[in-house]
Amino acid sequence: MPSLGADMEAGTLVEWLTKPGDEVKRGQVVAVVETQKGAVDVEIWEAGTVDKLIVETGRKVPVGELLALLRTSGESTTAVPETPETLEPQRVATVSALAIASPSRVETAPVSAVASARLRVSPSARKLAEELGIDITLMRATEPGAVIARADIERAAKEKTTTPVATRTTTPDWHAQMRIAIAAAMSRSKREIPHYYLATDIDVTAVIRWLETENLKRSVTERLLPVVPFMRATALALHEVPELNGFWVDGAFQPSAAVHLGMAIAMRGGGLVAPAIHDADKKGLDQLMADLRDLVTRVRSGRLRSSEMSDPTVTFTNLGEQGVESVFGVIYPPQVAIIGLGRITERPWVKDGTVVVSTVVTATLAADHRASDGHRGGLFLAALGRLLQEPERLR
Amino acid sequence: MIPRSREEIRDIIFDALGAIAPEVDPAMIVPDRSLREQVDIDSFDFLNFIIRLHETLGIDIPEKDYAELFTLDSAIEYLVGRCATHL
Repeated sequence: MPSLGADMEAGTLVEWLTKPGDEVKRGQVVAVVETQKGAVDVEIWEAGTVDKLIVETGRKVPVGELLALLRTSGESTTAVPETPETLEPQRVATVSALAIASPSRVETAPVSAVASARLRVSPSARKLAEELGIDITLMRATEPGAVIARADIERAAKEKTTTPVATRTTTPDWHAQMRIAIAAAMSRSKREIPHYYLATDIDVTAVIRWLETENLKRSVTERLLPVVPFMRATALALHEVPELNGFWVDGAFQPSAAVHLGMAIAMRGGGLVAPAIHDADKKGLDQLMADLRDLVTRVRSGRLRSSEMSDPTVTFTNLGEQGVESVFGVIYPPQVAIIGLGRITERPWVKDGTVVVSTVVTATLAADHRASDGHRGGLFLAALGRLLQEPERLR
Repeated sequence: MIPRSREEIRDIIFDALGAIAPEVDPAMIVPDRSLREQVDIDSFDFLNFIIRLHETLGIDIPEKDYAELFTLDSAIEYLVGRCATHL
């Protein structure tokens, strides 16, 4: 059972998406696990052949428990002994121990989808629903926490003929569960992490102008949101101050070579999640926009993947849209920094001794003082500001 | 493009909003107040809203015109005009 957050203690295996004898690829989704924060697609981290599923569906097991046995390419079928002990079992989907603390799984907008993620659906019921064209996201278990069974699907199919859309309901404990998950991560953060906070105003006229010109050339489906060049600049600036990118584990900082940018995404109806855009420093603006679109869409109507939940190396939060000027972030342990963006707005700005109107944003950094100092944090914000002056180079 | 009536446009707007924020009751929307404020949509939702309008109506909505979609009233006005003139 992978750890999908520092505060996760156990998970319920909802569904196996593989069976003994199946060839699996690295990164393939092999199971669905229900956590306190919702259902998550669990990916496998090694290629091989599924040998045996140990944990049956519906069972709740602690983090670290063996879920299944996998044969890697070197191990032949015939050579596999009956006893798993001598098999050097590979743990399925062992997610890094550096798992992020609070990516609270998110179920939002379509309230129906909220229910879906919290619902436990038996695999055969899931199959039947597919056959009958029943939207599981609109289903409700007979009692809170109960598993949706074939009978529920059959009943829904009957009702479907009379009512075109099933009643939308929220699962009663969803908000409470999400608050518990956020509370655990944020309390740990404020208890353990000595935060320091920095803010700086950045003239972003150049990048916003460039974006307007660029978007004029693009059809509506290809347009870039203003946040995208900021994500790119943030990822690049982290290269210059690597002590903001990584994890604080067992009393020491472990830098991360990769920049997996955790995007804080507010949920409709409350709560938030901060899943990762992987290798954000290696992606151009179009790819980042596509990834962001995919991520937000799945956050709001689908499911996140275990790797997105567990491996952000730093968090990025954009609260400017509702008019917030500056964000004083709370770090997600075991990460060591969170970068905040406020509202992009026109302000009086002194340039060459004259007051001019400039497009300005306040960028902030909350960082772990155990891993870095204010001086280095200041250099990061300076690098961010510098990179944003040359938008063509961010492409 | 086909010219559209105000009622048609209003329904199309409600459909697009409903897909993004299903909990919103169209009847509760105050027509001359900010849509984004009432429906609590972020820039990502707003872009999806524009994309849906673009797909349903077959018109291009340039970024500089986004401000025209600030309220329900202004959005209807803008889209009716846009559909009538767009070729």
